[in-house]
Amino acid sequence: MSTTLFIVQTLNGLQLGVLLFLIAAGLTLVFGVMDFINLAHGVQYMLGAYLAVTFYGLTGNFGYALVLALIAALLIGLLVEVLVFRHLYERDHLDQVLATFGVILFVNEGVKIVWGAAPRNLPIPDFFSGSLRLIDGLNYPIWRLCIIASGLLVAAGLWFVVTKTRIGMRIRAGATNAAMVSALGVDVRRLFTVVFGFGAMLAGFAGVMVAPILSVEPGMGDSVLILAFVVIVIGGIGSIRGAFLGALLVGLVDTLGRSFATDLFRLFLDTSAARQVGPAVASMLIYLLMALVLLLKPAGLFPAKGR
Amino acid sequence: MTEPKSSARADRFAITLPLALFIVLALMPLLAHYLPGERYVIGLFARVMIFAIAAISLDLILGYGGLVSFGHAAFLGLGAYAVGITAAHGITDVTVVLPVALAAAALFALATGAIAMRTRGVYFIMITLAFGQMAYYTATSLSQYGGDDGLRLAARSTVLGLPVLADSRGFYFAVLAALVVVYLLCRMIVASRFGRVLRAARENPVRTETMGYNVHAFRLTAYVISGCICAIAGFLLANQNSFVSPAYMSWQRSGELIVMVILGGMGSLHGAVLGSLVYLLLEELLSGFTEHWKVIFGPLLVLVVLFARGGLMGLFGGGRRG
Amino acid sequence: MRKFLATAGIAGAFALAAMGAQAQSVKVGVMLTLSGPAAVLGQHARDGFQLGIKHLGGKLGGLTADIIVVDDELKPDVGVQKVQALLERDKVDIVVGVIFSNVMMAIAKPVFDANTILVSPNAGPSPLAGRGCSPWFFSTAWQNDQNHEAMGKYAQDAGYKKVVLIAPNYQAGKDSMAGFKRHFKGEIVEEIFNQVNQLDFAAEIAKIASLKPDAVFAFEPGGMGVNFVKQYAQAGLAGKIPFLSAFTVDETTLPATQDAAVGLFAGSQWAPNLENPVSKKFVADYEKDYGKVPAMYAAQGYDAALLIDAAIKAAGGKVADKAALRDAFKRASFASIRGAPFKLNTNGFPIQDVYVVKAVKRADGKFATETVAKVFTGYTDAYAKDCPLK
Repeated sequence: MSTTLFIVQTLNGLQLGVLLFLIAAGLTLVFGVMDFINLAHGVQYMLGAYLAVTFYGLTGNFGYALVLALIAALLIGLLVEVLVFRHLYERDHLDQVLATFGVILFVNEGVKIVWGAAPRNLPIPDFFSGSLRLIDGLNYPIWRLCIIASGLLVAAGLWFVVTKTRIGMRIRAGATNAAMVSALGVDVRRLFTVVFGFGAMLAGFAGVMVAPILSVEPGMGDSVLILAFVVIVIGGIGSIRGAFLGALLVGLVDTLGRSFATDLFRLFLDTSAARQVGPAVASMLIYLLMALVLLLKPAGLFPAKGR
Repeated sequence: MTEPKSSARADRFAITLPLALFIVLALMPLLAHYLPGERYVIGLFARVMIFAIAAISLDLILGYGGLVSFGHAAFLGLGAYAVGITAAHGITDVTVVLPVALAAAALFALATGAIAMRTRGVYFIMITLAFGQMAYYTATSLSQYGGDDGLRLAARSTVLGLPVLADSRGFYFAVLAALVVVYLLCRMIVASRFGRVLRAARENPVRTETMGYNVHAFRLTAYVISGCICAIAGFLLANQNSFVSPAYMSWQRSGELIVMVILGGMGSLHGAVLGSLVYLLLEELLSGFTEHWKVIFGPLLVLVVLFARGGLMGLFGGGRRG
Repeated sequence: MRKFLATAGIAGAFALAAMGAQAQSVKVGVMLTLSGPAAVLGQHARDGFQLGIKHLGGKLGGLTADIIVVDDELKPDVGVQKVQALLERDKVDIVVGVIFSNVMMAIAKPVFDANTILVSPNAGPSPLAGRGCSPWFFSTAWQNDQNHEAMGKYAQDAGYKKVVLIAPNYQAGKDSMAGFKRHFKGEIVEEIFNQVNQLDFAAEIAKIASLKPDAVFAFEPGGMGVNFVKQYAQAGLAGKIPFLSAFTVDETTLPATQDAAVGLFAGSQWAPNLENPVSKKFVADYEKDYGKVPAMYAAQGYDAALLIDAAIKAAGGKVADKAALRDAFKRASFASIRGAPFKLNTNGFPIQDVYVVKAVKRADGKFATETVAKVFTGYTDAYAKDCPLK
């Protein structure tokens, strides 16, 4: 284990963190603002990737595919909001869970019917398809830097909108006391629709950005969903800053754990035992982290004020 | 909080519905005699009842206690692995295996519950998920007990040395008996002072605390009881399939249990039975029609939520909504 | 719909039996994983099997083939329930299944206890090959370790001294590494276990690069394989460190990995470019009917249909006597997609050649695997010696 490798793995961890933030951003926005458990966030992410695959097939240009996929993701998100979710904001969290579970089943199967069960491909756009030499023999794809950049942009953008703009103020007010805000003349219904649509678009955006390096397959949103929830719970629900820092923390812990757990255990166990125990512990690490955080800070690390 | 539509009607349903359900279930083996694949039908309903037991255990803490456990399948797995691991060491009698399963579940519930109870709402959901995942990954790493591939049992557990459970009918009635006992037990718990304190704590924990009740202790006790009951379901599940696998503990499985409870109508116990019945039978029926049955099943769930407040029990006007 | 036809079929069959007439059809229950991320494997196997039935004119051994396809959803307990439906309600004569080993371990015993033949078009866990072998079990695929062993032997013969192994942290992953090590005598620099359904392999790839091995052996089925192969190529390792694998680079994942996978090696008992008439006809018709290149899972499904056909013929067209039918399976002789006459070992697993294959881009733009060299001739699995059957 060398210092260079440690640095590389730390970078990998931070990059994974930004990726996780990109995926979780929409979820924390919807949850934090509307107190709505949107389990369908995972399938919105998946739809973004699939839509990009189709539009890329039609246009041959990643940029067009991205824009078209975002628009389509927004429209689908709005459609689902109007048809199903709008009626559930006042309902119990559990009713929301049941309804979004039904939506997940429907979309996962629908995607299989429309696009087939085999994994699909979305290539990295040519402009960004180069790579940097990181260490001897290891390249770092420029596309990953794009993902980091887009994650940071989204973080900055969200922070700016929520804290510095008027609509952001309305969103925060609506989250704290929807009835009062409505009484003050703001159309809370429309506000929530806007937020939900935006959250859906963010989820789709994450799906498109990530598709070139990952497998686009039915059910790809399910494992991501759990990760996203872990991130926002650790970070504190409803807080963009919490989601960002929580994501970085999860990315770092997970990556460093996977990289060095076996080596760590090799210090006091023999090699074959270390190879057994190391990966098992590494897979549980983010859950152990979440349990620890909740033990010490039951509302997450940086809960949004007023929660 | 919504009041029941009419308390007389609700009371009537509280007795007639579960009674009707249990009578139908008791007569099912007779009915199955006239259907193709008698053993298969009996096996199907035994499986429904096993998940009904698990759903009841979840309804106890979810419907009455307001605690949404997203890791409840871990108890299913604990019960199942108690059967598997003891069998791997030559122990197969229910008089030994069942207490082991209950003890394992109680310990796990105590340890994880003590930590989880410090949190509320979504945080509680996520931390129970975390513990469920930890149990799952531990099971997959147990190579000597099959790991991910699972563990095959040579035969079902014996009762005092007798292979009572080996026959499909014998097993069916054992499960039915367990279901009835669990249901009555939970009914008693809910109606008792313990149950009332639990429900009060769900409505207003601060008030209950000021009345002198240690809410944390009540909740933890309920969680342990719930875990133990779910482990019974796990014990039965392992026996039904003569197979133990970490798949019994996946987070998707925990999600399905929650869906069954909500679908049936939480806070009524027989709602949980109804929910698991409808969920599993519908799944079986639809998957026989088309490979893409989830495209129908998903919207059905959504429709139930949108139009049947309080789940299926809500349609009957019975059950409680919190 | 299938269930209604099945019930009507049962009623009809009962009527015929009551009249003492001979059954003119054979009922086959096919259980595969058709939902979830791994559905594509089940689909290939199912489509291959149904193409086989089509090529046989809708008949198996002269009897009309009544096929019931069910989905085990990759859940062992659902698999048990559905196989019981096949055995008890639909009264199938033969069960064809399954894709995944954990479901196989759950359903094998109920099928054997019902004295019904189980033909596996994929899963071949070691207990069924060794001490737990059964006279009712037949495989048209492989024993799970086989392709890993082939890669180990290839690495040994190619003179690689230091190899890094990577697989997911579950039983099949551990078995893959054990299989590789059976014939590879060089140094295993590191065994890396990634998480099941892992998305980002950047950390593992960085580790591999830092260890500078002569080769990498990977067992990453499904989506994990797509992720790993894509990221491996993007990190620039594809041309530098030879990539050996099993079940990672095949026609189910090539449409997603495409150029990233070209030039990577895998172990397999079959590839679409095999030069024998049975295989060529299969590949041509599969591509015509389904629009994609068949993977080994499809070929295995196809062979399952051929095996059943040959067995029923060897049994004289009679399926009622299950024990006789079972013995007929051992005598069954047919031209398999493997090219040579199909041979079964005492434990029901095939004795076959194993190749190392490479992913290529074909002239028509589609991606497929092609044979590079033969690694084993007449391979018998490592567990057959533990099987008490003769």
